[in-house]
Amino acid sequence: MASNDHQANVSVQDMIAKQKGKKGKKRIEKSIPVILFIIASISVLTTFGIVFTLIFETFEFFQRVPFFDFLLGTEWLPFSNNEPLFGILPLIAGTFKVTLIAVVVAVPFGLASAVYLSEYASDNMRRVIKPVLEVLAGVPTIVYGFFALTFVTPLLQQFIPELKIFNALSPGIVVGIMILPMIASLSEDAMSSVPNSIRDGALALGATKLEVAVKVVLPAALSGIMASIVLAVSRAIGETMIVSLAGGSTPRFDLDMTDSIQTMTAYIVQVSTGDAGYGTTIYYSIYSVGFTLFLFTLLMNLLAHVISKRFREEY
Amino acid sequence: MKYVDHASVVKRMGSRMIVNKIFKALFFLATLFALLALGLLFYRIFIQGIGYLSLDFFSNFGSRFPEKAGIKAALIGSLWMMAVVAPVSLILGVGSAIYLEEYAKKGKINDFIRMNISNLAGVPSVVFGLLGLTIFVRALALGNSILAAGFTMSLLILPVIIVSSQEAIRAVPKDLREASYGMGATKWQTIARVVLPSAIPGILTGGILALSRAIGETAPLVVIGIPVIIQFLPENLLSQFTAMPMQIFDWAKRPQEAFQSVAAAGIIVLMMFLLLMNSIAVFIRNKFQRRY
Repeated sequence: MASNDHQANVSVQDMIAKQKGKKGKKRIEKSIPVILFIIASISVLTTFGIVFTLIFETFEFFQRVPFFDFLLGTEWLPFSNNEPLFGILPLIAGTFKVTLIAVVVAVPFGLASAVYLSEYASDNMRRVIKPVLEVLAGVPTIVYGFFALTFVTPLLQQFIPELKIFNALSPGIVVGIMILPMIASLSEDAMSSVPNSIRDGALALGATKLEVAVKVVLPAALSGIMASIVLAVSRAIGETMIVSLAGGSTPRFDLDMTDSIQTMTAYIVQVSTGDAGYGTTIYYSIYSVGFTLFLFTLLMNLLAHVISKRFREEY
Repeated sequence: MKYVDHASVVKRMGSRMIVNKIFKALFFLATLFALLALGLLFYRIFIQGIGYLSLDFFSNFGSRFPEKAGIKAALIGSLWMMAVVAPVSLILGVGSAIYLEEYAKKGKINDFIRMNISNLAGVPSVVFGLLGLTIFVRALALGNSILAAGFTMSLLILPVIIVSSQEAIRAVPKDLREASYGMGATKWQTIARVVLPSAIPGILTGGILALSRAIGETAPLVVIGIPVIIQFLPENLLSQFTAMPMQIFDWAKRPQEAFQSVAAAGIIVLMMFLLLMNSIAVFIRNKFQRRY
């Protein structure tokens, strides 16, 4: 009997030892984290890839075009035969115009939707509206571009006769519609995370729902709302197909909303669809424009990050 | 004794209540604006494009004549591109998510990767096109092939897939993991046999939504120089090809009025495709997602 007990003890320990000693299994356990780390670092490599690509090719561009001509030049005439000019300001002006209009459209409508969804709407209403906003956010930008060109522009021309076929107004409005769901859903998230006890406190003091929303919930959710707007602005700056289709390709340094414009993104598309050969100044110019664009959006994204981190109210 | 004088409450609150009602209506109308825009968009494109939507439209290649133009090459091309994007982006995305959620120690490197992913998500798609042009098209000499476009698109949607997979993995309750460890399973066994199977509906839902974004994305394809006039179907991953949004972009740019309708027909096909993918995602979410 005693020897049997002993035998059983040994066999369990043996089994554990055997299991532990399996080399293949150990190797898998050790190598999996390494493999996964390599996979995870690809996203970091992508960022480095983007930054280095842009920097190298932009550097090449500045071998040919003086830096300050690029930064401060008010004329962008890359295709001119005798004297091409590469002043980025007209492209920035185009991007600025579209972004401004988009913000003017998207912020009031987006915030109003967010307030409605978070403070007023019944659960059923929310269940209908939120998916619609998701669909709106999922519509490809090429579809919005087509809509701007073939519907919004002709519609606006009936009210503003001097509006050209390509202009800043129509793509601006449509970009606004595109970023609206982003502002609405991110702001709604921020407002919904304000605890109900605060709302109840205000209501008990005799505030109306509007007063609760404007004087209590909005200030409490302000960091999230601001961050959502900044992110949406970043999206509007980088938007490409809507402005390529409906904005035109005339870079100009002014604030005219009714005439043809060109944004940074639309210039990159124009060169890409044309036949500028590899290694020409025009070829390198798309990288310098892309780099400028990248810096703008990076700045916006970092700003959004700082806002939501620094000014968040904790409950 | 009355504690609340109803008349005076009404007198003091009345105007404020009216203001509240007015604003409620305003907020509601503003919300309707989004619904209206969406409805108008679909209605317009449907009316415009339905006339050109026939069986020939699916079996014809691109053409200079609007009556003969079809979406065959673009539709097949988009499917080929998906055949690259789906495995590449899912493997990279889910792998990264597993690392970040299960293995990464809290610290500077981990924070850096997270920060990097959120910034990458904010990079405009046209800039990803420039990356693809330099790295895949030129440096790796893939040309404007399916592979080059597929890799570029995979990197573009990678942040979205990572974040949604992370959420799916995080939603798996700790009890399941503890039970698995308690049975003597190793860490990788726990992840592969317990965590991933219960996270897979969430991962798939997020993955399909990200893929549908890749199908509709145009700007990177334009930048890496995907052609539009293609009269053949791709034969392998290094073939030239065209994709639906590229084709629509080309049609929409043409000056002839008739091509606007062709573009609208193309958009209907693209939107149907996206609708199908989204329905699958919603189906998976509702059918398989367990709540713990």
